Amino acid sequence: MEIPYTVTARPDTGLWNAKLGIWLFLASEVMLFGGLFSAYIFLRLGAEPGYWPMGLLNVPVGTLNTFVLIGSSVTVVLAWAALKMRQFRRYQIYMAITVLCGLVFLGVKLGYEYPQKFHHYGAFIKKDSLPKYEEFLGNLHLAEKGLAPRVEITGHLHHEDEHHLEITLDPVNADPTNPENDRPRFWPVKATEKIAKIDKADVEFSGVFAPKHSPYFATYFTITGLHGLHVLGGVIVFCYYLLPVSTRLYRKNPEHFANRVEVAGLFWHFVDLVWIFVFPIFYLL
Amino acid sequence: MATASATAHDNDHHDHGHDHHELGFWQKYVFSTDHKTIGIQYGITGLIFLMIGFCLMMLMRWQLAHPGTAIPYVGNLLENIFPAQMTGGIMQPDFYNALGAMHGTIMVFLGIVPVAFAAFGNYVVPLQIGAPDMCFPKLNMASYWSFFVGGVIMLVSFFVPGGAAKSGWTSYSPLANIADHPGTPIPGIFGTDAVVHTILNGQTMWIIGMVFLITSSLLGSVNFIATIVQLRAPGMTWMRLPFFVWANLITAFLLLLAFPPLEAAGVMQLMDRLAGTSFFLPTGLAVGNQPLPISGGGSPVLWQHLFWFLAHPEVYVLILPGIGIIAEVIANNTRKPLWGYKAMVYAIFVLGFLSFIVWAHHMYLTGMGSKVAAFFQTTTIIISIPSVILLTALMLSLWGGAIRFTVPMMFATAFLPMFGIGGLTGIPLAFNAIGLYLHDTYYVIAHFHYIVAPGTIFAIFAGVYYWFPKASGRHMNQFLGKVHFWGSFITMNGVFMPMFLQGMLGMHRRWYDGGTTYEQISSGIAFGRTGLEWNQVISTSAWLLGLAQIPFIFNFFWSIWRGKKATDNPWDATTLEWDTPTPPPHGNFIKPITVYRGPYEYSVPGESKDFTPQSEPPSGVEAKAPAHTAAH
Repeated sequence: MEIPYTVTARPDTGLWNAKLGIWLFLASEVMLFGGLFSAYIFLRLGAEPGYWPMGLLNVPVGTLNTFVLIGSSVTVVLAWAALKMRQFRRYQIYMAITVLCGLVFLGVKLGYEYPQKFHHYGAFIKKDSLPKYEEFLGNLHLAEKGLAPRVEITGHLHHEDEHHLEITLDPVNADPTNPENDRPRFWPVKATEKIAKIDKADVEFSGVFAPKHSPYFATYFTITGLHGLHVLGGVIVFCYYLLPVSTRLYRKNPEHFANRVEVAGLFWHFVDLVWIFVFPIFYLL
Repeated sequence: MATASATAHDNDHHDHGHDHHELGFWQKYVFSTDHKTIGIQYGITGLIFLMIGFCLMMLMRWQLAHPGTAIPYVGNLLENIFPAQMTGGIMQPDFYNALGAMHGTIMVFLGIVPVAFAAFGNYVVPLQIGAPDMCFPKLNMASYWSFFVGGVIMLVSFFVPGGAAKSGWTSYSPLANIADHPGTPIPGIFGTDAVVHTILNGQTMWIIGMVFLITSSLLGSVNFIATIVQLRAPGMTWMRLPFFVWANLITAFLLLLAFPPLEAAGVMQLMDRLAGTSFFLPTGLAVGNQPLPISGGGSPVLWQHLFWFLAHPEVYVLILPGIGIIAEVIANNTRKPLWGYKAMVYAIFVLGFLSFIVWAHHMYLTGMGSKVAAFFQTTTIIISIPSVILLTALMLSLWGGAIRFTVPMMFATAFLPMFGIGGLTGIPLAFNAIGLYLHDTYYVIAHFHYIVAPGTIFAIFAGVYYWFPKASGRHMNQFLGKVHFWGSFITMNGVFMPMFLQGMLGMHRRWYDGGTTYEQISSGIAFGRTGLEWNQVISTSAWLLGLAQIPFIFNFFWSIWRGKKATDNPWDATTLEWDTPTPPPHGNFIKPITVYRGPYEYSVPGESKDFTPQSEPPSGVEAKAPAHTAAH
């Protein structure tokens, strides 16, 4: 028994089976990430003024990752095109570059961006106590300009005892009335030495920038984490396509193998596309 | 894609042969890629889960009819297994909640969908379109085993500390976020407990089980759509597809697009439970007068939106394959074409589309604005139009037919009024003002169960009796089938009809004591009985309904070995599945199939017999080797 249209297209639909399959799968993926993005919109619209943090992510690093991922989308197409021209050596080179790009992306994310967050610390101040910490928040200055208030003091945890938190301040809290701090900056600014002593009774919730820190970081880690799993999945499949078992399939039926690469490539473009949405909503907006 | 078969060998202790001509026992019956075997696996697993889900409910019905008394016979047995939850044979509140939540979960996700959609779809759809198998046979196997693992996780969750999930099948947050830590509900979740303890509790296992089930449905639905689009036999144009295939195509789209948002929600709830995030927890939430150590800022309503975005299309997932089965059975047994086949196809398209924009009618009580409520009640009313078209077309199909009252046809005829009652009682619920009053009452339970129990489950029975001869080569016993039908039909109504009365008296769906402490139920009279007395009527009917299934179970197994032998086309049917040998071999058709006509050419004037199979060439045309003639 043989299933028809596994390699060649069915004339009236113009599709071979796996191509239709992957598009359906991607439709489902759109709904999955669509659900998460709607949660982002829902929570962000519902957040009280000031409770949705901005400017806490490293924009240049995120930009670098964006270009790495877009580049890999190009190389995977070149790999597929090389297969179509039956240039297996070129295919291997482009596919290897694609895998490398995927690994760089994951390395930056897991090796640099995530750990940085887990060392960063923030304390949300209770509403009644906000005026008490005016020197770190600069809310009068912000109110004058019609901007949302600051409700959190961020930096690195210097010392913690039963009653107090001591935080080595981020530039924005060290110099809250500086107009340059009104909006997030592209280039990160060097951390300060200034320390704020905060009474724990005034703190609503505090912690490192882990998922539980705030709905912002909850959505950030959930969406980028799930996206990272997709990148990892793509990398694993691409590695499989570089193994001898795939070479054998190429020797036996090059068109079938090219189809497989095309299908995985479509998935890879989708993963890329998701990042194109993730990057602005978390890093820029 | 080639990795799935590795599992087969890991579990293979007896057969180490790699003979590709003769498959060993494990590959033939357990880790099979044949759509028919997988269909039967889905069917049997699903029927077992239906039985389990029903047993949970029969236990709950004792507690509702006789609150706080020991369950006779099985109470002590259960006490040995669940000493804390069945102390003295009496059902404890937590256990009642767990049974309720798991009844819903098991029935919907592990019972109805696997049987009505996955089992019949897998077995029948490739046969009806003239395909050798599903498009992706290995994915098909992966889909079944993913479903199986999900089911096992759900069952195992009864035996972890604290028992199974107990926040309703809807798992509303924040209740579901903080649930399942008996005694000390909070520290276990957000503190520094061992990871194992955090995972081994009912609600977390519910989420993990759901992720497996969603994966299964994703793989299945991709497979169904690809198969129907790609593998139709030559000549099988879209408007020649049997209606059952259409129903499964639309159902597959619903599963494909509606389930992922629930998966997203499941991931978020998992984060809430394991990583301490606050996706669904509002600011300032306190439990037991203790503020929770959380950041807050989340929204419980977000869960409801994401849940119902799945769960309303899910309702159509539950019913559409059932309608498909009924359409096949009715056309075959009335010996005439379906009335309004094209209208039914268009109606099902509209239904599928609209089902995505009605979900918030489950959420009127969340205090949504009147404009939003107006939108959703309008779409909800509009969606009743295609439903009524389907039902009307099926009713009119009976008109003037020479009806054969076979057992499948009896279930099919009973389906029509039962589905009608379920559908019509839903219309009041569509309206915001009435929805506020009837929300979460037994009225809603009755409405929904009329659709799914005497609706879809009757369709499932009709399908089992109808396709059993094809799958097993033997007929099921007619007499036992009729006993099963009348027993089920009468008791089903005994169970669900009084629930409308109780609901209008105001009985809430999650009450543990059957409404004893609520005056309107304990002394309010509806049709001569109080709400509490109706509880006893319902419970007795439920147990009788259980008894009525015994002839079916006996008949099923007895007929596999002892039933009357069936021919290739025992019902004189027209669709392609009856063109195969009985039972069909691997690869299905032994001759090339070309389709020449529509699916329901019964009693065509001038023909010598009252059915004309789809594969029969028009007179004067020689049956030719299939060139590629499928229309565009």
